[in-house]
Amino acid sequence: MTLALDLGLDLAFGALILATALAAVAGQGLFRAVVFFITYGLLLALVWARLGAYDVALAEGVIGAGLTGVLLLMAQGRLRRADALADPPARGKLAAALAGASVTAALVWAWFTLPLPQRIDLDAPMAASGVENPVTAVLLNFRAWDTLLESIVLLAALVGLWMLARDAEWRAPLGPGFHARAGGVLSVFGRLLPPVGLIYGVWLVWAGADQTGGAFQGGTVLAAVILVAMMAGLARAPRVGAPAWHAALAFGPGVFLLAGIAMIAVGGGFLTLPPEFAKPVTVTIEAALTLSIAVTLALLVVGPPEQQNGGGT
Amino acid sequence: MTFWLHLIILGLLGSLAGALWRVWVGPAQADRMMAAQLIGTTGIGVLVLLAVLQDWAALTVALALALLAAMAAIGFVKAASSDGAGDPEECAPGPTDARDGQR
Amino acid sequence: MPEGLADIATIVLTGIGLVFFLAGTVGLIRFPDVFSRLHALTKADNLGLGFIVLGAGFQADDWTQLAKLGLIWALALLAAGTVAQLVARAALRQEGRE
Repeated sequence: MTLALDLGLDLAFGALILATALAAVAGQGLFRAVVFFITYGLLLALVWARLGAYDVALAEGVIGAGLTGVLLLMAQGRLRRADALADPPARGKLAAALAGASVTAALVWAWFTLPLPQRIDLDAPMAASGVENPVTAVLLNFRAWDTLLESIVLLAALVGLWMLARDAEWRAPLGPGFHARAGGVLSVFGRLLPPVGLIYGVWLVWAGADQTGGAFQGGTVLAAVILVAMMAGLARAPRVGAPAWHAALAFGPGVFLLAGIAMIAVGGGFLTLPPEFAKPVTVTIEAALTLSIAVTLALLVVGPPEQQNGGGT
Repeated sequence: MTFWLHLIILGLLGSLAGALWRVWVGPAQADRMMAAQLIGTTGIGVLVLLAVLQDWAALTVALALALLAAMAAIGFVKAASSDGAGDPEECAPGPTDARDGQR
Repeated sequence: MPEGLADIATIVLTGIGLVFFLAGTVGLIRFPDVFSRLHALTKADNLGLGFIVLGAGFQADDWTQLAKLGLIWALALLAAGTVAQLVARAALRQEGRE
C-alpha cells in the first residue's frame, strides 16, 4: 500500500513539474511565464529533496527563490517601462519550439541509449578528503579545477555585465538606485531578515563540510541578504571602482589559486590536497569563496551602473 | 504513519496544483504573485513532511526557502513601482511624501 | 498504524494543516477579486504551515530539529506578512494592468 503511495507521490511530482514547465513556455504574456518559471524552480527543489539530493535541492532553492525570481521580475518591469513587452512574432516562436523539442528528443534518445552510470565507490577517497559531505569533497578536492574555473567564470560574467553600462553612467552607483519608505514594511523587513540570513548563510558553509550545505549555497544566501538590505534602501550599491568591493570579488578565486599553488610546495601538486592538509585547506577555500560568491551574485542581480532617476512618483 | 504522511503530502501537492491554476488565469499580476507565494509556503510544508518521512536534512532546504520566501515578491513590488526601484508604500495616500525614501 | 500519543498528535495536527492549505487554495480559486483572494490565503497558509510544523515537531529526535522547525515557521510568517502588505499596495496602484 505504501509502495503504491510512494509511486503516486513520484507521479504527482512529475506531473506538476511537467505542467509548470509547459505553462512557462506556452501561452501569452511575459509576466505569467516568469512566475511559472519561479514556481518551476521551487518544484525542482522539492523534487531534488524527494530524490534525497539535499545539497542540490538547497542550491536550486536558494538560487531559484533568492535570486532568479528577483532578476527576472525586475527585467520584466524594465521591459514594461521601456514599452518593449510585445510577444515575439509567431515564426520565431515556432523555431524556438522546434529547437526545444529537438533538444528534448536528443535527451530522451541519450537516456535510452547510454549505459546507466556505475555507482562510484567513494569510501576510500572520502577518507582522504578531510570532510564528511561527499558533495563538498567532490567540489573542492576531487574536482577542484572545475570549481576554481567556475568561480572565475562568475567574476567574468560580472565584468561582462558591467561592460553593458553606458559611458556616461560608468561612474554612477550600480543598479537602479533602490529606495523605500523609511520605517515602512519593506525597510523593517530589511532590518529583520539580514541578521538571520547572515547566521544561516555562514552556518551553511560551516556545516557544509560534514552535512547539507556548502560555499555556493551559503554564498547565495548571503547574496540574498545583501540584496534585501539594498532593496530595502538600507545599504547603498557601490560604484564600479570601489576598492573594498573589488577586493571581496577577487578574494575567493585568489585564495583558491594561492592554495592550489601552495599545494605544490607541500608536495601535492597544483590543487592536489594531501590528506593531512585537506580539511583546513578545504575550509579556508570555502570561506574565501563564500565571500566572493555572495558579493558577485548580489552585484550580478543589482545590474550595471545607471544614472538614478530619483523619486518614486 | 508513513502511509498518513504520504497522503498529506499528496493533499498538499493537490492544493499546490490549485494555486498553479490561479497563476495561469491571473488576471492581475498580484494574483499570480500571491499564488506563487502560496505555492512557496506549500512547498515548505512538503519539505517539512519529507524531513519526517525521509531525512531531517530536508529541514535545511525548508529553512532556506522560508528565509528567502519574500525575495521574489519584493522584486515584484520594486519592478511594479514607477521607476523600478521604489516601494509601493511611498505612494500611499496620506501625509507621506512620495520622495520620502530619498531623504 | 498509529503507535503512541506522538503519532496521534502528528496525524491530527498535519491533517488540520492540510485542511487550512486546502481552504486557502479554495479561497484563492473561488473569491471574486484580488484583495479578497489575498485575504483568504494569507491567513490560511500561515496557519496551515503552523500546524504542519507542529505535527512534524512531534516526530523530532532532538531539540535542534525543533528549533529549526520553529525558525521555519517564524520566517514564513515574517515573509508572508511582508509580502501580503507590499503586494496588496502594489495591486492598489496597478489594478487591472496586465
